[in-house]
Amino acid sequence: MSSNGSDMRTPLGKVRGLGSAKDGTSHFWQQRLTGLANLPLSLFFMYSIYSMAGKSYQEAMAFIASPLVSVMLILFIASSVYHMKLGMQVVLEDYIHGEKMKILLLILNAFFATFIGIACIFSILKISFGA
Amino acid sequence: MVELALPKNSVLTDGKNWDDTSGSSNIKNFKVYRWNPDDGKNPRMDSYQVDMDSCGPMVLDAIIKIKSEIDPTLTFRRSCREGICGSCAMNIDGSNTLACTKAIADVKGDVKIYPLPHLQVIKDLVPDLTNFYAQHASIEPWLKTTTVEPEKEWLQSPEERSKLDGLYECILCACCATSCPSYWWNGDRYLGPAILLQSYRWLIDSRDEATGERLDDLEDPFRLYRCHTIMNCAKACPKGLSPAKAIASIKEMMVERRY
Repeated sequence: MSSNGSDMRTPLGKVRGLGSAKDGTSHFWQQRLTGLANLPLSLFFMYSIYSMAGKSYQEAMAFIASPLVSVMLILFIASSVYHMKLGMQVVLEDYIHGEKMKILLLILNAFFATFIGIACIFSILKISFGA
Repeated sequence: MVELALPKNSVLTDGKNWDDTSGSSNIKNFKVYRWNPDDGKNPRMDSYQVDMDSCGPMVLDAIIKIKSEIDPTLTFRRSCREGICGSCAMNIDGSNTLACTKAIADVKGDVKIYPLPHLQVIKDLVPDLTNFYAQHASIEPWLKTTTVEPEKEWLQSPEERSKLDGLYECILCACCATSCPSYWWNGDRYLGPAILLQSYRWLIDSRDEATGERLDDLEDPFRLYRCHTIMNCAKACPKGLSPAKAIASIKEMMVERRY
């Protein structure tokens, strides 16, 4: 907690601050929802790695290109990358206290997660629809 | 704020040793955090040898004995000496607890006493609880109703009343809040476990008619959702309550009113 000598607001005024954001529940809910989805999806991801082990390049490509595998991998990417973005946001809000730096890092976090997610999904689609 | 190192003027130094003068063979060593805002010096750890043969069983008995018989400058808060006022909350043997209900016999070796963590220190073991009390005021901890007041009283069934058990016992000692890392880093915006438990006490009260507004005020990434279920609060509470459970119930209400 910062003690600022020039801040003469009352303690209650400081606590009330800018008021409630009336938000946070969707973040909380989506983090749990993606967490729940990640459970079977990461099991499937591990299964897919296992089944590609020792296979040739062409066989691996053919495996990924099969419709069910493609869909499951895309779901895995979407759910886990979004989960990562939400989790990182919490860490930034917890530990970064400079307002400008916090906003900047939150933006970078969103950009990074979006880029990684889209790049991975694009790769799967490219394999799936034939490169 | 996250601070990995203490500022220079907060670094602890070795203090004075107050050796026993009674000649007793039953001596316990108390190491106590001392800081005086008026002398411009760094905080120090004073060491007091206390004769256990003439001392009560609790840590509070020992520090009262120190103040009365050894060093009258030692400053701390205390009042009821039976765990109901919450004044003597401090960090003893590494945990936040009430000095009056913490038995000296339960501490192995020297008894180390610090003020509650991560609050501004006013003097010695007295922390500044201004923000904590303002946060309590901010949740408007009283019965709020719109319905015309009944002639006698607001009725509540025994089942409805039982929902307040495990909540009403909170004495606002701040042991839980100041044990919570999330409260350490964001105590200016996060309400912390004690205040959220108090808030839930009114949310779950069947007589209260402002549940929705109360939830509106709490629904905030910082006020409520800084709780990451670390559970230090439940471990620290000297009354055996679980603020973590109360907070989880608030989050449940938040989700419930959406779907």
